[in-house]
Amino acid sequence: MEEKKIQLTIDRHVVEVNPDMTLLEAAKTIGIEIPTLCHIDLKGTCVQNKPASCRLCVVEVEGRRNLAPACATKCTPGMVVYTNSARVIRARKTIAELILSDHPNDCLTCPKCSNCELQRLVMRLNIREMPFNGGEQSVRKNELTVAIKRNMDKCIYCRRCESICNNVQSVGVLGAVRRGFNTTIAPTFDKMFTDTNCTYCGQCVAVCPVGALTERDYTDQLMRDITDPDKVVVAQPAPAIRYALGEEFGMEPGTVVTGKLATALRDLGFDYVFDTDFGADLTIMEEGAEILSRLQRHLDGDKTVKLPIMTSCCPAWVNFYEHEFPDLLDYPSSAKSPGQMFGAIAKTYWAEKMGIPREKLVVVSIMPCLAKKFECARDEFKVDGNPDVDYSISTRELARLIKRANIRFEQLPDSDFDSPLGESTGAGAIFAASGGVMEAALRTVYEVHTGKTLPHINFEQVRGLEEGIREATIDLNGFELKVCVAHTLSNARKIMDRLRAGKLDYHVVEVMACPGGCIGGAGQPYHHGNIEILKARQRAVYQEDEGKKLRKSHENPDIQKLYAEFLGKPMSEKAHHLLHTSYHDKSIH
Amino acid sequence: MKTLYIEDLEKIRKSAQAALLLREQSDSDNSDESCGLACGTPHLQLLCCGGTGCKASNSHKIVENLQKVIEDNGIADKVEVVTTGCFGFCEKGPIVKVIPDNTFYTQVTPEDAEEIVKSHIIGGKRVERLLYVDPKTDKHVSDSKHMDFYRKQLRIALRNCGLIDPENIEDYIARDGYMALANALTKQTPEEVIDIMKKSGLRGRGGAGFPTGMKWGFARTYQAEKKYVVCNADEGDPGAFMDRSIMEGDPHSVIEAMMICGYCIGSNNGLIYIRAEYPLAVHRLRVAIKQARELGLLGSNIFGTDFSFDIEIRYGAGAFVCGEETALIHSMEGKRGEPTLKPPFPAESGYMGYPTNVNNVETLANVPIILTKGADWFSSIGTEKSKGTKVFALAGKINNVGLIEVPMGTTLREIIYDIGGGVKNGKKFKAVQTGGPSGGLLTEKHLDTPIDYESLTAAGSMMGSGGMIVMDEDDCMVSVAKFYLEFTCEESCGKCTPCRIGNKRLLEILTRITEGKGTMEDLETLKSLGETIKDTALCGLGQTSPNPVLSSLNNFYDEYVEHVKKHICRAGQCKALLTYTISPEKCKGCGACKKNCPSDAIMGDVRKPHVINPYKCIRCGMCKSRCKFDAIQVF
Repeated sequence: MEEKKIQLTIDRHVVEVNPDMTLLEAAKTIGIEIPTLCHIDLKGTCVQNKPASCRLCVVEVEGRRNLAPACATKCTPGMVVYTNSARVIRARKTIAELILSDHPNDCLTCPKCSNCELQRLVMRLNIREMPFNGGEQSVRKNELTVAIKRNMDKCIYCRRCESICNNVQSVGVLGAVRRGFNTTIAPTFDKMFTDTNCTYCGQCVAVCPVGALTERDYTDQLMRDITDPDKVVVAQPAPAIRYALGEEFGMEPGTVVTGKLATALRDLGFDYVFDTDFGADLTIMEEGAEILSRLQRHLDGDKTVKLPIMTSCCPAWVNFYEHEFPDLLDYPSSAKSPGQMFGAIAKTYWAEKMGIPREKLVVVSIMPCLAKKFECARDEFKVDGNPDVDYSISTRELARLIKRANIRFEQLPDSDFDSPLGESTGAGAIFAASGGVMEAALRTVYEVHTGKTLPHINFEQVRGLEEGIREATIDLNGFELKVCVAHTLSNARKIMDRLRAGKLDYHVVEVMACPGGCIGGAGQPYHHGNIEILKARQRAVYQEDEGKKLRKSHENPDIQKLYAEFLGKPMSEKAHHLLHTSYHDKSIH
Repeated sequence: MKTLYIEDLEKIRKSAQAALLLREQSDSDNSDESCGLACGTPHLQLLCCGGTGCKASNSHKIVENLQKVIEDNGIADKVEVVTTGCFGFCEKGPIVKVIPDNTFYTQVTPEDAEEIVKSHIIGGKRVERLLYVDPKTDKHVSDSKHMDFYRKQLRIALRNCGLIDPENIEDYIARDGYMALANALTKQTPEEVIDIMKKSGLRGRGGAGFPTGMKWGFARTYQAEKKYVVCNADEGDPGAFMDRSIMEGDPHSVIEAMMICGYCIGSNNGLIYIRAEYPLAVHRLRVAIKQARELGLLGSNIFGTDFSFDIEIRYGAGAFVCGEETALIHSMEGKRGEPTLKPPFPAESGYMGYPTNVNNVETLANVPIILTKGADWFSSIGTEKSKGTKVFALAGKINNVGLIEVPMGTTLREIIYDIGGGVKNGKKFKAVQTGGPSGGLLTEKHLDTPIDYESLTAAGSMMGSGGMIVMDEDDCMVSVAKFYLEFTCEESCGKCTPCRIGNKRLLEILTRITEGKGTMEDLETLKSLGETIKDTALCGLGQTSPNPVLSSLNNFYDEYVEHVKKHICRAGQCKALLTYTISPEKCKGCGACKKNCPSDAIMGDVRKPHVINPYKCIRCGMCKSRCKFDAIQVF
């Protein structure tokens, strides 16, 4: 049924809208863009922050004593609204000036320069002076962790990070501490991230409008290693990079830049340019075998088998269950993530083949993720102190490197990844989207289990962006395989709570910490609250998959060769040693 | 639990009424004769104030001593000592009142107990020295009826304070307590009760003045499995203690009103949000709740109807912003005490997401008596738009500090000069601050403003919750504005930009001005920034926080200009603007000032006039206090 529309007047234009709309949304329908700062709404997802606290979106409503925040004021019939009256402009400008008066003046060297929402706003409001300059500035605690940099002096108290951390991720690390002018957003008692159960998902960074929360930058270290003649530097870009990197160079969201990415990495001076997609295919071989083995035990009537098996590719998700569900550590798959599998193989199989000593080999992953920075530094993934993956840089860091190296990315010719760790299938490519790991696993599990070729290669049921939890039932030769896909940690928590309560009857569960999976990762170009960007990236993922000759991991010839030459078979002793890990109780309570 | 029926309540009322009748009658009788056992008075009562203020002055020891002396003299069967709530005349506390002759003893000490009992209770002779002295006539006044402080007051919300024993439910029942509830439950529909509330014209006493009946009506319209009635007892204005006194002196009136409200809106759950630093009020409420439960007044099937209700107490940590209803609700939920945007109003989504009605203590205290005496009675008191009375905590440079209740429409002049007895020490009246940190500074020209919501707002202040602070010529208006802003800066939750940063900048400018570093441009900024904060802040705290600044700028602009242009603080409050000099004519060169100067700013030889080095002087005033020859001058 069509909802009854209501009429109101905004800046002398009559507008007809649905009654549940806010003034901000109503104004947008007629091309009036009211400035906002604290507000973020990734439409259709749970990524939202609407505290109406920055007060920059205030508008004048006839008959109202004071100005109304457009982001949180609902439209009512006959409302007469001014978004640009002298009173509004003056108030808005004063508020921006107040924010500036408690914000460091170091835009030129700020990591968010040109990507800063406050900076854009100040330009838009035509602020040319700092009238409250010289007032006291709030002093807050800063921190540099392995993945995230907190420079809270820059915090403008929009509280997006707090909303994400609590409502979207249910991790609850960030909250308001102290009152009034001295308020800060921090862990309880102003603790450090390292003393909390922060998962380093980085979604706080992804939504921070200013430079208060940013990724830890490893680009200088990377350039030092590349220019070191003694070192062999190997690149492995994650699946999700190629669907988003182009945005940093003005290309349309959703442009697939796989070929340009390989060229750019070579131009930057990487000695070998491989692909984490290869690691993804390898993950499916191992995780798929694990799924099949647990299923077989289940079918054989083994009551002790732990089901559902849960994916373990997402490092923030791994941190999450190690922190919060230490009693359920035998459920997730023991398979390492694609990036770590790649590193383990590169530093053994490939290094031996090439005759490169481990200490001279530097494996750098390029990830859409900040938790990967934490993951590759874990002790489990080191051999005699030497990490399988030396460090991880984000999509944004790679873009900065490319710009600094005078490379016109958008004009680069395409090239292929190096062999043998560069070959991949469509199954590896779809790891970038929520549901992708599940779909890739199903393609292999189905064919290995049934011995038949898949009639329909796409598992549309597990794809999606807006639903937080998706379920599907797959027919495996008469056995009904129940699977579930969840993204964001609050949805993961729902699954885990049900598991703990013994009320979960799935066989396989995929979890990704970021909204939409890795395409919405915290290391990706900023989406600034625009859901269309994530949608475009998601379309690109499946488009890349469709275009691949090989779309099932077990058909990857280089993978087959790796098993034949080195690993034997999935879950062999060697594979177990190199490609699997164990989890530990890291609860802080 | 047993069910208490309306007939049972009636029985309790009748049996308890005798003791109360004595107090009620003596309150209306006008007798100058003093009573005592010697004069043939068969039964006497001694009412002793047990409010926080008088208790701090050992009123509980007075009660102990009175009881001891009475027992020692074997008259315990004829004389009763009752601890009551606040009488209001805190300036002269602790108060002891003798019934039936209505003698009003002031500033009583525990040592006076013996004399009161022996001379007055036994001998029938008043203790003259403990009587109130009328400053106008210099004569002793024995009876509160004849005191200016009480003459213009009309005690409705405070009707039981100073009259009943707050820890004895029967005293309350004797005063028709719980009858309004009983009648409402058994004879009226919720709609009828809401209608009476609407007709009475009662408006919220917490500050905003929203019509109470309408609020209840809204809360009634929302359907949910649970609803909540919340009593906002988070009184936070500096110097205000209206709500505290009501809870200490008449806790049952709050409980009864919450139950009536619960009946009207369809709620069975009451919550009282009270600050933990009100221990006595908390204690009295807990006693009252316990007694009401024991009698079957709180619980299920009240008065044999299908209405059930119970009350829980929730403690606040004393944040001013938690008086704002959404912040209060969040605080009760265990979250950070921060306001959220309205709508949705608590009536739609409040405590734990359920429909919630939040009323202030004083508002609730008015409810039972409105139902007992009728909407017409209540609406006959007050002005056209503001009905009934308002309780104020009168404080500052005024002779009669205390708690007063006056009909709406009483002028500021009547309150300050008639009830308050004028400005202390014969100084000149300068300003009165109503509404606490959210209110404004009003001047001489506003003194004839009748007190009601609209008039005070029109004058640039507000009703607020009832703080009223009087200032004299020794008060610097810039410093006063600064004081209030320091308070709001400290109490801001920090959520919205204008309040978090804007108030801080206002305070910085004011500080600059009091240090003589202000500019005329600063005065412009104060005004424009203050107006923007009012216009854009999220909640009531921020929207009213610039009021002291804006009203003082408006009413005392010259004083600001003096600070800025001439670097003078006429009240002598802004230390940085003072200059200490030594009059060479008066100085005898004794050296007392030099010896006591903590910053070595004074030079001079013995028996020769000394001088102060202004660059070293820290303006502590030590020299002035030590000079025996009045030689130190301050400009």
